[in-house]
Amino acid sequence: MQITLDVNGESRTADVDEDTPLLWVLRETFGLTGTKFGCGVAACGACTVHIGGTAVRSCSVPASAMQGQKITTIEGLAPKEQPHPLQAAWVTHQVPQCGYCQSGMIMAAAALLARNPHPSDADISAEVTNICRCGTYERVRRAIHAAAQGPTEGGAP
Amino acid sequence: MNKWTRRTFIATGSLVGGGLALGVAGIAFAPNRLRVTPDSRDGTPQLTTWVKVGTDNTVSVIVPHCEMGTGVHTALAMMCAEELEADWNLVRIEEAPGTDDYSNGYLVRTFVPAVATVPKSMERGIDFWTYKLTQMMDLQVTGGSSAVRGTGHLGMRVAGAAAKAMLIEAAAQQWNVPAAECSAKLSRVTHSGSGKSATYGELATQAALLKPPVHPTLKSRDDYTIVGKPTPRIDIPSKVNGSATYGVDVTLPEMVYATIAASPVHGAKLVSVDTAPAEALPGVKKVVKLDNAVAVVADGYWRALKGVRALAPKFEDTGKGADTSDTIYSAIGAAIEREKGDKVFSSGKGGDALQGAANVIEAEYRVPFLAHATMEPMNATARIADGRCEVWTGVQDPLAARATAAKASGLKPEQVTIHNQQLGGGFGRRLPGVMDFVDQAVRIAKETSPAPVKLIWSREEDIQHDFYRPAVVGRYRATLADSGAPTAWVAKFNIKDDAALLPYAIANQDIRAVAAPTHVRTGAWRSVAHTQHGFFTESFVDELAHAAGKDPLQYRRDLLAHAPRHLAVLDKAAAMADWSTPAPAGRARGIALVESFGSIVAEVAEVEVVEGRVKVHRVCAAVDCGDVVNPDTATAQVEGGIIYGLSAALFNEVTIAEGRVAQTNFHDLPMPKLADAPSISVEFIRSGAALGGLGEPGVPPIAPAIANAVFALTGKRARTLPVRV
Repeated sequence: MQITLDVNGESRTADVDEDTPLLWVLRETFGLTGTKFGCGVAACGACTVHIGGTAVRSCSVPASAMQGQKITTIEGLAPKEQPHPLQAAWVTHQVPQCGYCQSGMIMAAAALLARNPHPSDADISAEVTNICRCGTYERVRRAIHAAAQGPTEGGAP
Repeated sequence: MNKWTRRTFIATGSLVGGGLALGVAGIAFAPNRLRVTPDSRDGTPQLTTWVKVGTDNTVSVIVPHCEMGTGVHTALAMMCAEELEADWNLVRIEEAPGTDDYSNGYLVRTFVPAVATVPKSMERGIDFWTYKLTQMMDLQVTGGSSAVRGTGHLGMRVAGAAAKAMLIEAAAQQWNVPAAECSAKLSRVTHSGSGKSATYGELATQAALLKPPVHPTLKSRDDYTIVGKPTPRIDIPSKVNGSATYGVDVTLPEMVYATIAASPVHGAKLVSVDTAPAEALPGVKKVVKLDNAVAVVADGYWRALKGVRALAPKFEDTGKGADTSDTIYSAIGAAIEREKGDKVFSSGKGGDALQGAANVIEAEYRVPFLAHATMEPMNATARIADGRCEVWTGVQDPLAARATAAKASGLKPEQVTIHNQQLGGGFGRRLPGVMDFVDQAVRIAKETSPAPVKLIWSREEDIQHDFYRPAVVGRYRATLADSGAPTAWVAKFNIKDDAALLPYAIANQDIRAVAAPTHVRTGAWRSVAHTQHGFFTESFVDELAHAAGKDPLQYRRDLLAHAPRHLAVLDKAAAMADWSTPAPAGRARGIALVESFGSIVAEVAEVEVVEGRVKVHRVCAAVDCGDVVNPDTATAQVEGGIIYGLSAALFNEVTIAEGRVAQTNFHDLPMPKLADAPSISVEFIRSGAALGGLGEPGVPPIAPAIANAVFALTGKRARTLPVRV
């Protein structure tokens, strides 16, 4: 079926099966490969995008049901020349290792901060449930706190 | 002290358009057989490895290792830039392409066919080649190697020092002054008397005409300005905005997609499959039958997946369909019971020391199969056209991938090109010998030729067709003297590896291994045999300490009088964790010490039981890896190792039922998440000893540290993993 999606502020069309997950339309049809495939069952969070500002695991929602919604991927989170505070904090705190899960991790954190600008440790633990096999968790937590405190905070790792 | 005296070959050449290219390699082959070869990518003549100084004053360090998150590109470039006195801001890093001309392994294989045997435990991809290279240089490598201590220490530093010497010499000739009066700093050579100075870029072309020094002088560690300072990794910016490209992200014109289902019972061949149900689906282009698998090719991954799910392939009955984890453990136990086993180590009276002993302490430990579960599922994109095969994938050894692709395609290795991408995790899953995904992609590409095909495994396929950490059973017996110190240590298990050797002074030892193969595919899992043996050894030592009524820290200390580095690491971890003061109410601490890959690591875990589950609050790790190149990256590697080890200690296991892996995805193979991550402190002891590895040594101590803490807290000894309370 022909669908129209609003992705990163652009209207884009795709011809897909009704049940094709949003993830594969983003990656294969639109070439937005920053959103990663990790498990296909919404268990790992590597494919996290924003739908209307809420973090959603795109491997498990049909693209066809997302028409009319505002979809944001890691590529659209912030302009390259003006990174999102989380992206800046991620560099400052040298968070990624292999980096594969980090798009999803940042998108989950960004949705959290948008709703809760100063999350507690418990808030972060409850809301950022993505899997990272390299074990970057403590740095993720540190970077979220740093981003929540503003761009002047954080300092060298 | 810092004079480079190893037998090393340094070769130089000029770059097209000017500039200096310099390579270093072992000297077990004749220097004149190392050639300047054209770079297939940009036509720049360039040597096999390591550094280019361009007329634009940039320094390009060519790193013959893949980046999988360990920061190896940055660390190796730092080592080169340090000796070169390069301005770090002008340093660029390139990964060497997976072609012969850039590979250490190629040099070894081509010029030194005699260097063909290495210990089994060493056959670990890039480290394998580094090992061979270091072996050629007459160095003793006693553990698994690593990029930093092999390539970096032996190659990068020498390359940088040699290039610096040549640039200084070029300046001295140009100014007609003694080279000794010239110095280099921040990519610039200066003459002290005249104040004349020139950038490396200005000197590079002339430097390229000079003879390289035979024994370039290396810097003293006290003079380091780059190595040892936390340096931001070059790969990180692209990993926060989605622009980093992994194997799974590769997109080619006319590309089609495939996914696959291999025999659930490992080793069984495909007997038959009715392809019609898949072929009837929209977008499906082809069903490809492989030796032990069936793949569906479609115009997208989702349609390929639906195609595979529509099939009911029949696989042969190999007689393994009734195997379970229990039958496998029983078979291992029976082998341990029945067989004398191969000697790993013995000393003193060996096992005879147990004869007639009044108190023999015994324990049996067990660890399950474990999956790597890299976040990026296995994938490879292959194109066969015009008599060539090209593969885009992320692997830990591109040359091994090339050999795999050559075999699968029926082409010669020189007709195969590997475009290595960043790895979404390796941990041993993307090493030589386990590149089944490359083999499959190439075989499918034969059917889609000339169109390229991207094969992506589902997570279910990844978890069910890993090369697992082997399941191991270990039986341990010991006797104690009246003082409580062990006088005999007798061990038998089913994984032969020096990882079972003890750091502790025990007079009588008998350590043996039996073979108990299963049909389940096994391979190297981050830190290899040290994860099993670290758990066994450090749990049993802890049991002996408690049997002797001693503090587990002091008990270990008493057995390490001969090993000052181990002692220092142990003491440091204990001090970091406030071992001498009681843990907070409801918590307890456990300690463990494991040496692996040339590094000594002690970890203290502080645990609590919360709602019937072990919660690790805090981990303190002390590490002696000799010295540290990039401290923040080094810390990250130990942090990551602890979390990786935590997954095995508390969270998941792979079990076998009906001959196949029972787990399918992260719901039944749970992983630690942010909420489960302890606070981790890492400190390094810069002992100045030979550099040890860092990618793996953080892993082994965590499981025993946790198990020992759980015993201290509950009085219950966890002898199997994952620990349950």
